[in-house]
Amino acid sequence: MKVKLLIAVMIFAVSSFCVAEENTAGIDTTATAVDSIRLPAPPLNLTGKDKPNDHGHAVVLNWDLSADDGAGANSVLRYDIYRWVPQLMLDLDLVRDSISVIQKILRHTTNGIKEGSQTDSMKNIFSVKTRDELFDIRNKLIKYVKKENKGLAEASKSYPSGGAWLYVDKKPSGTKTFVHIGSKEPTSSSFVPDFANLYYRVYAVTVKGARSSSQILGPIQSSGQWFNTYRIPVAYSVVIFTFLTIYYVRKAKKGADLYVRPLGGIEAVDDAIGRATEMGRPILYVLGLGSAADIATIASFTILGRVAKKVAEYQTELLVPTYDPIVMTVAQEVVKSAYLDAGRPDAYKEDTVHFVTQSQFAYVAAVNGIMLRELPATNVYMGKFFAESLILAETGALAGSIQISGTDEIAQIPFFIVACDYTLIGEELYAASAYLGKEPVLLGSLKAQDYAKAVIIVLAVIGVILAQFDFGHYFVKLFEVAN
Amino acid sequence: MKRQIPFVLVFLAGAFMAFQYYVPHESSEFVYEFLLDWTMIIGIFALALGIWSLYQVSVDKIKLRKENWAYSYVTLIGLFIMVLFGFTYKIGDSWGMYSLFVVSLMALLMFLIQTTISKSKGLWLGLSALALIVAIAVTVFDDSWGVAFMTSEGLKNTMFTNFADFVLTPILSTMFSLLAFFIASAAYRAFRARNVLASLLLIAALIVMLRFNPYMPFGLPDYMMKISNWLMNVPNLAAQRAIVIGIGLGIVATSLKVILGIERGYMGKG
Repeated sequence: MKVKLLIAVMIFAVSSFCVAEENTAGIDTTATAVDSIRLPAPPLNLTGKDKPNDHGHAVVLNWDLSADDGAGANSVLRYDIYRWVPQLMLDLDLVRDSISVIQKILRHTTNGIKEGSQTDSMKNIFSVKTRDELFDIRNKLIKYVKKENKGLAEASKSYPSGGAWLYVDKKPSGTKTFVHIGSKEPTSSSFVPDFANLYYRVYAVTVKGARSSSQILGPIQSSGQWFNTYRIPVAYSVVIFTFLTIYYVRKAKKGADLYVRPLGGIEAVDDAIGRATEMGRPILYVLGLGSAADIATIASFTILGRVAKKVAEYQTELLVPTYDPIVMTVAQEVVKSAYLDAGRPDAYKEDTVHFVTQSQFAYVAAVNGIMLRELPATNVYMGKFFAESLILAETGALAGSIQISGTDEIAQIPFFIVACDYTLIGEELYAASAYLGKEPVLLGSLKAQDYAKAVIIVLAVIGVILAQFDFGHYFVKLFEVAN
Repeated sequence: MKRQIPFVLVFLAGAFMAFQYYVPHESSEFVYEFLLDWTMIIGIFALALGIWSLYQVSVDKIKLRKENWAYSYVTLIGLFIMVLFGFTYKIGDSWGMYSLFVVSLMALLMFLIQTTISKSKGLWLGLSALALIVAIAVTVFDDSWGVAFMTSEGLKNTMFTNFADFVLTPILSTMFSLLAFFIASAAYRAFRARNVLASLLLIAALIVMLRFNPYMPFGLPDYMMKISNWLMNVPNLAAQRAIVIGIGLGIVATSLKVILGIERGYMGKG
């Protein structure tokens, strides 16, 4: 009896000692399954802070390597990162799991199961009504999680009671930094709340599974920022460029004579329209595969407006097959206005600009068909083009049309140069609208672009020279932009 | 006023998007994602306009008996039959009277087209009504197949998948494969040694082509590999970067012009 009592007292004393040690020093040396193996030295000086320049829900952890990192037989294999979470978070995890299960069921019973497969019969278990009910339950659970998440900041103040350490991730030996990027979605199991106390610890783990914990880090908090300082160089460049643009636009407005290099492709537009009129054949204008949000397409709208105005004046037929329905709607408005400006609103036909398809090669087939049936005198390709560029341009060349193209897609420019009579290379597409209009305000922006290019060339030359010396990287750092 | 409101909207949306790039905060992301969702919604509505435009152009072609007008029927039938297959699915072991349903709806489409182009509208309208009644009757009384608007079950309809896999995909692949032949003809035109520059282009192209040709019967000498790599990594890359810098500046300048209302071409005001 006495022996049993003695053993019990010894066990109690040992366990008390271990707990006391963890609470005072924050170092856990008990957490090992293999007692006979020597524990590695713990990672030291664990620090952490909010990840800068992000939307929040992320922290950066740093630590000094364990003394046993890369040291002989007891070498540290990896570092395990743990995070303390309050009980509320653990409870919500159960709800999140339920949401995930419901979502899986919904997915499998709608479109996840192959027809005729063994699990196909599962569809019949869930009627439409049942699925609607499941949708309803899922939505209620999501609402519940979102509401309860607001209490996480308060719950995290209860540390160290009423919570548990959860495994986050592992990093290989030699690593001294870990960025814990949590999800911003409250329904995700990896959700990290902003402005809540966060506690972390890092374990050094050996090949044999023995591990030692660093001191506990915390509380630290994550939060979102209102300005991304990594993008300051871009902000400076945009501000300088904006001032340059405004300066030259004002100068042009005051009547300064701004020289603009002639663009062969744009000068050929008028001739090409004249040729079409003489031949009695239509003009085909292709806006490419870009959306209305692409700058190349926006520039193309302006050129289309000019072309349509000339076409209306010369009373030639214009064909504009489009790939994107929004582009079609905008292009219809542009062409309509151009006919109105030319004083010939009656000549405008609704089907001048029409939608074809949103499938890339089906669109190519349709446009090629138009080229071979209608035999347009002139084909104008302006906008964003991809693999279809050469198929279109070669078919146009075979049909004997004069071809003018312009794109900002680097990979497609060589194809257009080879197959078309005139090509606007890259930025010339954007300059075309200013060149066609000869309006001072538009020409002013072109001047600003030219001077900005001159600045970039000068900076590139300075960079090349400085790169020959040791301090060259300081210059490069000035222009570094991180995400 | 009709012009001012769009400009104000463009300015606000453009300025917000420009500032959003520098603001990583969640609220800014939320508005950004919200606006992106709206572009998708607008896109879906615009698609309806697009389909209407395609329908009108095709019907006009049939009406005016333009060249190859008969193909417009193929376009319209293809368009509507795929929509139909995509919204219907099999429930039981057999399709039941599904084929009668499809035929009656296709007949309805044909009769409606005839109504718009024919002089005897009454006859075609009557036939359209008859086809519609048949289609509705089959839908109501036949339980072997169902209509799915809210779920994607129609996408598993074997007719839908067979048309997509065995008709559409091979046709699209055929169109894409034409590119190989067009590259050959374009290369022939590009590499004709008409002058010094064209000859240089030809030589450079030959070196690079030999470098990447997997069927070279003999190993290329080392210096050829080096020349090829140099051509790709130095002059080619330098020229590409120059173009990219120009494009970048052009994009910023055009965006500024659009936001500030200097560039109005997209509104039909050049």
